[in-house]
Amino acid sequence: MSTSGTTPSRRSLLSMIGVVAGSAAMYHAMTELGYAEGSSFTGPIKLSPPPPDTTVLILGAGVAGMVAAMELRDAGYKVRVLEYNGRPGGRNWTLYGGDTYTELGGATQHVQFDPGQYINPGPWRLPYHHRGILHYARRLGVALEPFTQVNYNAYVHSTDAYGGKPQRYRQVQADFHGHVAELLAKSTRQNALDQAVSKEDREILMLALRDWGALDANYEYKKSIASSMRRGFEVDPGGGIKSVPKPSEPAALSTLLRSRLWSAIGSGHNYEMQSAIFQPKGGMGMIGRAMGKDLGPLIEYNCKVTGIHQDQAGVTITYVDSRSGKDVRTAKAKWCICTIPTPILAQIPMNVGPKMKAAIDQLPYLAALKVGLQFKRRFWEEDDDIYGGHSYTNLPNALIGYPMWDYFSKGKGVLLGAYTFGRPAYIAASKPPEERIKDALRHGSQIHPQYKSEFENGVAVAWHRVPWTLGCQGAWTDARREAHYNNLCALDGRIMLASEHASRLPGWQDGSVLSALDAIGRLHARVMNP
Amino acid sequence: MMPGHKVVFCIALAVLPGFSAAAQETPDFRGAPFSMQGGEAVYRGVCQGCHMADAKGATGAGAYPALAGNSRLASAGYVLSMVMNGHKGMPPFRGHFTNQQLSDVVNYVRSHFGNQYKDQVKPADVQSLR
Repeated sequence: MSTSGTTPSRRSLLSMIGVVAGSAAMYHAMTELGYAEGSSFTGPIKLSPPPPDTTVLILGAGVAGMVAAMELRDAGYKVRVLEYNGRPGGRNWTLYGGDTYTELGGATQHVQFDPGQYINPGPWRLPYHHRGILHYARRLGVALEPFTQVNYNAYVHSTDAYGGKPQRYRQVQADFHGHVAELLAKSTRQNALDQAVSKEDREILMLALRDWGALDANYEYKKSIASSMRRGFEVDPGGGIKSVPKPSEPAALSTLLRSRLWSAIGSGHNYEMQSAIFQPKGGMGMIGRAMGKDLGPLIEYNCKVTGIHQDQAGVTITYVDSRSGKDVRTAKAKWCICTIPTPILAQIPMNVGPKMKAAIDQLPYLAALKVGLQFKRRFWEEDDDIYGGHSYTNLPNALIGYPMWDYFSKGKGVLLGAYTFGRPAYIAASKPPEERIKDALRHGSQIHPQYKSEFENGVAVAWHRVPWTLGCQGAWTDARREAHYNNLCALDGRIMLASEHASRLPGWQDGSVLSALDAIGRLHARVMNP
Repeated sequence: MMPGHKVVFCIALAVLPGFSAAAQETPDFRGAPFSMQGGEAVYRGVCQGCHMADAKGATGAGAYPALAGNSRLASAGYVLSMVMNGHKGMPPFRGHFTNQQLSDVVNYVRSHFGNQYKDQVKPADVQSLR
């Protein structure tokens, strides 16, 4: 390889590494979304006692609303929560067999899952550094178990590569690392990296590349015991006489690059996706349920807010029974914490200043789709040796999530058969639930042909059809955040907003917690220093 | 899979979280381009997800407005601006569709579902708002 000839390909490879390893473009994407910083939770909030009879109305019994309610109550505020649904949790939500879900447009799904099976249509992971939401899980005694993000034996799949045959994650990752390490080792030996790496460091780099890429003594990535220790063997080592392992053949570099499957091996590199991640035993909804239990009668269910009015004396909320649309009532308090999703809040008459109003009006919620599919047996475990984690595909269902509980059980299992945002999710929302399920089956069966014989029933939640959110989460962009974020979060008279949409962790429950804690902290400061 | 759709993986999904935030204005997060052609196909493929198949909208905690019998549709410019820029829960679609798709769907909703507006927007009108 001549230096001049290799420069462009090396550069493009390096940028590819950046993409896969979580720098460059991904870092940009992350900062754009506000992910680059971790949870700012620093411990339980401590509020001094407010003046007697200080009342706060909280709109919405989701994670943000209930965190605000618990903490304000504990500090001595008189709180009351109005909730649209007949249950606590909001988007902290699990669907079990026997549940009924009616979406906008009237389609009703009766969930047919067996006992013990479920899907979380909304949030489903608790990263270890989301200390806020983890604090409340701990405080409320919600049992947590590990959530597996990366499964080396799950599949990465592209209809455009390997004849559409799914590849194992570990093979693609090992081959990508191995080939990149070999190329860099060659460049280093040929002194192509002189400017970037000092002579002293070169030797260390060579050692590191050999180690990282599973290269042989000649710094080559090829069929060997060393490479098979990463990508797996053609015949695994055994016991006794017929025990000799047979190494497997790595994919050729060009095949691997053109497959583009390298783009599917980055998931666990991201801060939010790194081990350890947790999930509540029995479904994410266990957290909302525990918060609801803690608040008990302070939550009034089935309340549809129809008006929010503030004046010098306080805040007046007008609401009706969400089931009948009738029975107009009002509730009054000195202050209001409002967690209603912005697409809904934008439609409710509300006298806040023009800046907050503009912020609310300019924050739609994203499209998202989740499909849960129950199968007669856990073929992914029995046939494919896949225990938890995810397979990724370029098909519109995007991924298959394997259940991360009841491993090795003989019974049935529920897969997350689709989890998409953006255009595929818009398209899904335009179809009836049964069509979304059919699509997920058609796509997933290209990865697991067992779908066809083992499928039993499913449920599909397209978030733009969810009556109480009109989308899955605040659709922040850089420009929107610049123009509106601070105005959305500011105290407007007696009203303060809280939700994941008022956080820099959009779509994460920790964002809801941090938003609520920040909101009540600022509200409390205002109460104490009028 | 849709024609011309190269692997659009899911670094998107990968990067993006739990519940998360895929649909930013970054190509990878958006999936394959909307390939449907003609106003009806665009309406059936995307718009009816919220405005419903009969264009009568729907009501829950909030509402999706009806396009059927909605006097605001009298202004083609209003409809086009709403579709392109969004407002109050309506996401902006300017980045998701071509000028042709956008003008087609605006003309479609203004001439169906009981709406009979004769004036039409053209792709050039869309372009002028980009």
